[in-house]
Amino acid sequence: MTDLKAGSVVFENVRKDFGSFTAVPDLSITIEPGTLVTLLGPSGCGKTTTLRMLAGLEHPTSGRIFIGGRDVTMVPAHERDVSMVFQSYALFPHMSALDNVAYGLESSGLKKKEAHERAEEGLAQVGLAGMGHRLPAELSGGQQQRVAVARALVLNPQVLLLDEPLSNLDARLRRRVRTEIRELQQRLGFTAVYVTHDQDEALAVSDRIVVMKDGRIAQEGAPRELYEEPVSEFIADFMGEANVVSCEILDHEGNNAIIDIGGIRHKLRSRGASKGKAKLAVRPGSVVLNPTDTSGLGGEIVTAAYLGDHVEYEIETSVGNFFVIDHAVDQSYAPKTAVSLGFRNRGLALIEG
Amino acid sequence: MTSGIKRLNVLLGLGIFAFLFVPWYRVERGFYSFDWIAGFPFSSDQAPGLFQILSEGRLWLAVALILFLVGIGSRLIGNEDQRGKVLVIAGAAGIIFMALQGLAISFTGWAWTFPENAFGALSLGQPAMGAGAVLVSLIFVLFIAFGLAERGFMKGDAFVVGSISMLIFLVAVFIFYPIGSMFVGAVHDFDGSFKPDGFIRNMQDPAIWSLDCVIGGNRCGVAWRTLFLAVLSGLGSTILGLAFALAATRTRFPFKRGLRLLTVLPIITPPFVIGLALTLLFGRSGVVTEALDTLFGIEPSRWLYGLTGIWIAQVLSFTPISFLVLIGVVEGVSPSMEEASQTLRADRWRTFWHVSLPLMKPGLANAFLIGFIESMADFGNPLVLGGSHGVLSTEIFFAVVGSQVDPSRAAVLAIILLSFTLSAFLAQRLWLSGKNYATVTGKGDSGVHAGLPKSLSITVHGIVLPWMGFTLIVYGMIIFGGFVKTWGLDNSLTLEHYARAFSIGFQDGALVWTGVAWNSFWTTMEIALISAPLTAAVGLLTAYIIVRQKFAGKNAFEFALMMSFAIPGTVIGISYIMAFNLPPIEMTGSALILIACFVFRNMPVGVRGGIAAMSQLDKSLDEASLTLRANSARTLRKVILPLLRPAITAALVYSFVRAITSISAVIFLVSAEYNMATSYIVGLVENGEYGIAIAYSSMLIFVMITVITGFQLLVGERKLRRENRVAGVAKSNKFQIAQEKTA
Repeated sequence: MTDLKAGSVVFENVRKDFGSFTAVPDLSITIEPGTLVTLLGPSGCGKTTTLRMLAGLEHPTSGRIFIGGRDVTMVPAHERDVSMVFQSYALFPHMSALDNVAYGLESSGLKKKEAHERAEEGLAQVGLAGMGHRLPAELSGGQQQRVAVARALVLNPQVLLLDEPLSNLDARLRRRVRTEIRELQQRLGFTAVYVTHDQDEALAVSDRIVVMKDGRIAQEGAPRELYEEPVSEFIADFMGEANVVSCEILDHEGNNAIIDIGGIRHKLRSRGASKGKAKLAVRPGSVVLNPTDTSGLGGEIVTAAYLGDHVEYEIETSVGNFFVIDHAVDQSYAPKTAVSLGFRNRGLALIEG
Repeated sequence: MTSGIKRLNVLLGLGIFAFLFVPWYRVERGFYSFDWIAGFPFSSDQAPGLFQILSEGRLWLAVALILFLVGIGSRLIGNEDQRGKVLVIAGAAGIIFMALQGLAISFTGWAWTFPENAFGALSLGQPAMGAGAVLVSLIFVLFIAFGLAERGFMKGDAFVVGSISMLIFLVAVFIFYPIGSMFVGAVHDFDGSFKPDGFIRNMQDPAIWSLDCVIGGNRCGVAWRTLFLAVLSGLGSTILGLAFALAATRTRFPFKRGLRLLTVLPIITPPFVIGLALTLLFGRSGVVTEALDTLFGIEPSRWLYGLTGIWIAQVLSFTPISFLVLIGVVEGVSPSMEEASQTLRADRWRTFWHVSLPLMKPGLANAFLIGFIESMADFGNPLVLGGSHGVLSTEIFFAVVGSQVDPSRAAVLAIILLSFTLSAFLAQRLWLSGKNYATVTGKGDSGVHAGLPKSLSITVHGIVLPWMGFTLIVYGMIIFGGFVKTWGLDNSLTLEHYARAFSIGFQDGALVWTGVAWNSFWTTMEIALISAPLTAAVGLLTAYIIVRQKFAGKNAFEFALMMSFAIPGTVIGISYIMAFNLPPIEMTGSALILIACFVFRNMPVGVRGGIAAMSQLDKSLDEASLTLRANSARTLRKVILPLLRPAITAALVYSFVRAITSISAVIFLVSAEYNMATSYIVGLVENGEYGIAIAYSSMLIFVMITVITGFQLLVGERKLRRENRVAGVAKSNKFQIAQEKTA
């Protein structure tokens, strides 16, 4: 696994119909070699279909797919230079971990001995040296997951595909394994396409994130870009929660805009928005609560829920209700209390619509 | 070079070999005797395709050769799409031509009149197709498959497309062609001329359609009697089966394990054995008849020989099958539904009557239809007990082997029988599908089934206990009967029957099988052993395609395959005779026809078992294998088959056992050289040699019990530790397959 050859991926106007249902209407993506790109979206958004088309498990209705510059649109799965980690891991239950990892190597025509040697290396790579003789059922969930990764990686594919690889792990393990996957990808430098519906996971592992909705790309960019500069209410809400309220753009100041939120002035990046009515996304953590200062947006606490390290409030204001996360747990407010809302500099963004 | 070209090369090489080196026509003494090598390649009978054209003057075969050359030519086309198109066209034209020339040109020349008018008379005809012709036909089928694969059909997977094409071709040849021939045979005379008189006469025959019994006359026609019997047998076995299922699941019945054992009985019992045992009990010289005579002076009569006797035998035979179906249905009713009913102030009787029973209704209808079809298809019991009051299946038999041979009548009767069973099958598939209230979901459904109301519980016990006793007595008769000298006349114990059937002697230091049964016994074993793996292979391949592949016409494909299950054995038998007795395909009297018959009759069992097992294998396992550079053939071999091992073993065992117990189709197809155990036993019964017949039957039952337990032990030991993805496969399979027993 020393000489990984990272390949690029290009989707060119790809369409996929299942009978009368169109899963992906018209998709064009370019993925640079050596990057980890996440396809993120709610269930049914077409992300898994996209991944399966890349693997060759589905064939597009129209359009073309390139891997490492080669047109693979009609190439069957077993002749493509990609490999995949399945959501269920899909380890062959009747083969030992070593046989599982060696399976792809033997399918590619390697001699059994050599295949097993390389499979041992592969298992060592994911920290499972010496566990090769075990059956999948004798491994823990996290170990099974690593066998699945090793099995895909020993083939030295141009692109590694991961289909919700963490969804069968418990929350604590999930955090560790996602760090491991990212670390492995950085160390070996392969191209990876990662499908998930969990935005935390996407933010944590990706070089770039492609958010999909109804088979189309809703927004594409680096994790920070997506979180801080969502283009739409959908993105703002999907990438961490957001309050979407109306505002008015009063003036521009270079790249920035001066806006009015229910009588409160605020300055933020304009991102090309023109004067007049606009929509504003506000992260729940970007609202500052103050009981005494009356210069802020006036509001009244509707509900309050104590969650240990923070308190969640629902607050009614003149521009709409706000969902607020306040980390000042020592000073909590009871329902019906009047408060004044201020806004931090970060975590506010003008969005479309 | 792509894999597409590589596999085409292999196929073309095979084709050249077939045209040059394999005898085109059927070799009289058998291909594997290799006698034909002596006269090869210039004798008229044994010449390969090319020499048939060049030196024998069978010029029409040149068309096949030219179409094959088109296939070779396609090799030069670089564009995959166009090459595929040429291959598909050449293959389709080739297959159509092979079929047409086979049917149109017989021994003496044109078999049909219109080509004779068009092309003029032929100076010489042709014998039946042989190895060369068969090979070339298969190559044409693969032309189509490879061509479609090149054009991206089934994601370009040649193995899958090839399998589908081969299966369709084989099913067409071995199921639809014979049935079609039977329809054609009904309106043709022996010499092949069109003569619908026989068909019309038989169709209007009052012996078939008379309704005299309704208006108080003599007897109804055989069609109505068969229908009447089937309805009663279906009802009887369903009611008894339900009683057994309720006893096994809803009561504290003392012999539950014994009840479960009962379900194995129909699998291992040759279909006429129950009838035979009944004769020993209630026949004119039966135990019970004689006892009644001596004790009460009741005159022995022949009441058993007729519909009543057949009905008792069939209910005895089919109750276990219906029990097996209904036990799943009764257990499938969710306990929480019954608990909900009880918390809604309903007592046990109301719960059973308004909740449990309605939920079981589709299952009951299904059990009834299975009993109905089984009764229609049953041949063994009516043959033994029918006397002169036959049913359709036996009438068909006597129309072929009886004193008046009338193939047209046989065909007409077979068509009537087929339309009855197919209607029931269609009802089962169309009407019952989607009406399944099986309330078993994946979720854990805890709770306890409601007990039966008291009165019902008593009724159930009142039915089950005597019937169990009756069944035990009947099977006791089968074992005991083989040791009695002459039933009814001389009841002294003897080993004479076993000795006559299974004696072994030593002659000149070698073992000699002197018993009369050995010949048919070994033939049966041989044929069963050959056909079992073929059946399992064809069945499981079909299951793989149905479960794992999506293609246009898949539902029709599955439906056609399953439909073959509703074709009674007698109908298959008669249609095989009509189809495979003359060119283009001549197989009667050979072992091949028996094997083909078993493979295609028993295949649906393998299909159902395979479907059940494969549905439990996560599809991502296949996909993982595909993304790991393994093609679908390797995936099947390395991943799916190992995980399906229990299902494979089950399919092997059951097709083996069914090949041994089957009689209805076999009795038409056996020959002096290849006689099967069941038809030999029926022959013994017809000659009144009950002793040996019974001894032989017990021996068969014993052999099958040994085989089944042996396999169970082998399979039972294997399991994947802590792995639940494949657990339960073996169990559910057994369950599935056991339902499929037919005559």
